[in-house]
Amino acid sequence: MASFWSLWVIILTSITIVLITWVLFANRTREQNTEGKTTGHIYDGIEEYDNPLPAWWFMMFVLTIVFGIGYLIVYPGMGNYPGLLGWTQIEQHEKEVAAAEARYRDMRDRYLAMPVEEIAKDPAVRKMGGRIFANNCAVCHGSDAKGAYGFPNLTDDDWLYGGSPEAIKTTLIQGRKAAMPGWEAILGDQGIAEATAYVQSLSGRVVDEGLAEAGAKHFQTYCAACHGADGKGNYALGAPNLANGIWLYGGSTEQISHTLRKGRNGVMPAFADTLSEDKIHILTAYVYSLSH
Amino acid sequence: MSELNSALEHPTYNYKVVRQFAIMTVVWGIVGMLVGVLIAAQLAWPQLNPGLEWLHFGRLRPLHTNAVIFAFGGCALFATSYYIVQRTTQARLLSDKLAAFTFWGWQAVILAAAISLPMGWTSGKEYAELEWPIDILITLVWVSYAIVFFGTIVKRKVQHIYVANWFLGSFIIAVAILHLMNSAAIPVSATKSYSVYAGTVDAMVQWWYGHNAVGFFLTAGFLGMMYYFVPKQAERPVYSYRLSIVHFWALVAVYIWAGPHHLHYTALPDWAQSLGMVMSLILLAPSWGGMINGMMTLSGAWHKLRTDPILRFLVVSLSFYGMSTFEGPMMSIKTVNALSHYTDWTIGHVHSGALGWVAMISIGSLYHLIPILFGKERMYSVELINVHFWMSTIGTVLYIASMWVNGIMQGLMWRAYNQDGTLTYNFVESVAASYPGYVVRVLGGGIFFAGMLVMAYNVYMTTRKNVELQPAPAAASAA
Repeated sequence: MASFWSLWVIILTSITIVLITWVLFANRTREQNTEGKTTGHIYDGIEEYDNPLPAWWFMMFVLTIVFGIGYLIVYPGMGNYPGLLGWTQIEQHEKEVAAAEARYRDMRDRYLAMPVEEIAKDPAVRKMGGRIFANNCAVCHGSDAKGAYGFPNLTDDDWLYGGSPEAIKTTLIQGRKAAMPGWEAILGDQGIAEATAYVQSLSGRVVDEGLAEAGAKHFQTYCAACHGADGKGNYALGAPNLANGIWLYGGSTEQISHTLRKGRNGVMPAFADTLSEDKIHILTAYVYSLSH
Repeated sequence: MSELNSALEHPTYNYKVVRQFAIMTVVWGIVGMLVGVLIAAQLAWPQLNPGLEWLHFGRLRPLHTNAVIFAFGGCALFATSYYIVQRTTQARLLSDKLAAFTFWGWQAVILAAAISLPMGWTSGKEYAELEWPIDILITLVWVSYAIVFFGTIVKRKVQHIYVANWFLGSFIIAVAILHLMNSAAIPVSATKSYSVYAGTVDAMVQWWYGHNAVGFFLTAGFLGMMYYFVPKQAERPVYSYRLSIVHFWALVAVYIWAGPHHLHYTALPDWAQSLGMVMSLILLAPSWGGMINGMMTLSGAWHKLRTDPILRFLVVSLSFYGMSTFEGPMMSIKTVNALSHYTDWTIGHVHSGALGWVAMISIGSLYHLIPILFGKERMYSVELINVHFWMSTIGTVLYIASMWVNGIMQGLMWRAYNQDGTLTYNFVESVAASYPGYVVRVLGGGIFFAGMLVMAYNVYMTTRKNVELQPAPAAASAA
């Protein structure tokens, strides 16, 4: 803050406090004989007594002013003046974080040195990971981690980017961006219907064979590059397995053809800036434990 | 309206505009509180948010706050201030035409709010959501209000200016400044504008406005009301003239500083947060000055509380005022705020002021005022005033107690952590734990709202010609 504005704050604050203190003391009277006397003014029949200020109220007022002045001496408040304690909220925050780090670091470092598969068996780690999950992941994946429309179920063995500890950890640290393009312009209505039938047939559903046969050609031309010739997906691209009957965006004819027409974009945010390395390690163990 | 027009006209004073505002206070009170009960129910049972975006919580919440503060509270302030300023200066309003403009202009503002807020047209500033064309209309109405009010003071027939008028005058001036400063915006279309301030400055201007909407609109204005109707109804002199001088000047000088306590532990610089907290603490005594002056005015007349439900409304409103103005400074202390902020405690605090203080002092004042305006000896039914009193009190207590419990519980749940350093609860668990409190809030708010329907019936019967007043209960002396 420029020194002009700092001075501005100091002067205005001081004037206000001095003014109210003056008003308070100027209207204090020790004479008790004002009690029961009116001022003589009458407004629409309303008269006013001129009773003295109640003593307890007067004292309370003085105490709050004294406290206020004391606080402004000790803490920041008067413009750029930092206060005797030199307190700042950012410093308080940093101290609290450092204290927590000091308290929990050893325990977490110990876990960090151990492999995910091993600590995933430790009930204490699973509990800790579960709480981290509840406060960071449950909003999309659900409190039970079973996912929702557009958000994968983490408790089964179907994975978009792989279910190994390394893959899970990479997902948590870096996040994921899935992009399925839309094929409406290329396939047209008939082509979409054919491709839909074929995709449904991959998981053993009964479909119109003529449509599915035509769809197979589209699939090999446009879809197999990501989803694989057998439609079983590809972890490297985050392309889902289409043959296991698990559907991220729904498996009905309408929903699959909508996915084919418009494409889909899935986003898992990166947690590298939100959670420390040791917490991500513990969270990885928790997510791993859900399906192991 | 024909019945209203045919009521007795006072030879000196303009009662017409007072009558109009008084009736609309009851109407908007019912509307605003109905929306409040609805959104309280939406929080308890989210299924009540329908597919229609116009009836969704996010759009109805600002409608509720605007309706109860500016429509209900605003009309109550217009009605009583026009009445008080005439009676205590012994002068008719400066201009009947300008006064009529403030009535119709203010109703137009309310109507525009009732349409634009559900449509989603909002500036996004809390308690100042209305978009710029409506803001301009508010400015015109408010300037006219100031001209009528201060013009009447200037042509007063008594030498001194009564304390109620100090408070009402400060409320009119401060609200004008707050509205102009905070609503300054650059329009991009007829329904959208952007604040001229950015970032933290915008937040600070917003809460400088927000807190002084409470301080001047909901406190100073209603203290003006209190200073007239309490001594009038109690038929006792005001307790202390010098106390009113001290607490008036201290209140208006200090309130304007208190806004930063809404932004504790945010990007707002430390010095501004500290000043906000210190001034909020110093505000305790000036706030209580009004309560003491109102309460002590009853000394020598306490027995009237046994028989006069109107006086009960006024006294209980002062108790709630004292309670919430103690709670406010306490919540502004940083360590307390770290627990209470962002929880339902804040909502409970607001409603102990809004229901307990603002609504109950207005209701009590209207019960005193309406028979006079319609040339009746007293309200149609004193018994129904008593029923309304108990409904209001019970409703308020249920509302604020449930929000205290919820708020403290939420604050404790959010900060609870385990031996391993992880948080004990996730957010949804605190929402689930709040459910019983949300249901009690609907109940409390519902009872308070139902009380307003009782009032509406009583007012309607009082305004009708050729309706005999219900006999006053044997023990009750008529108002």
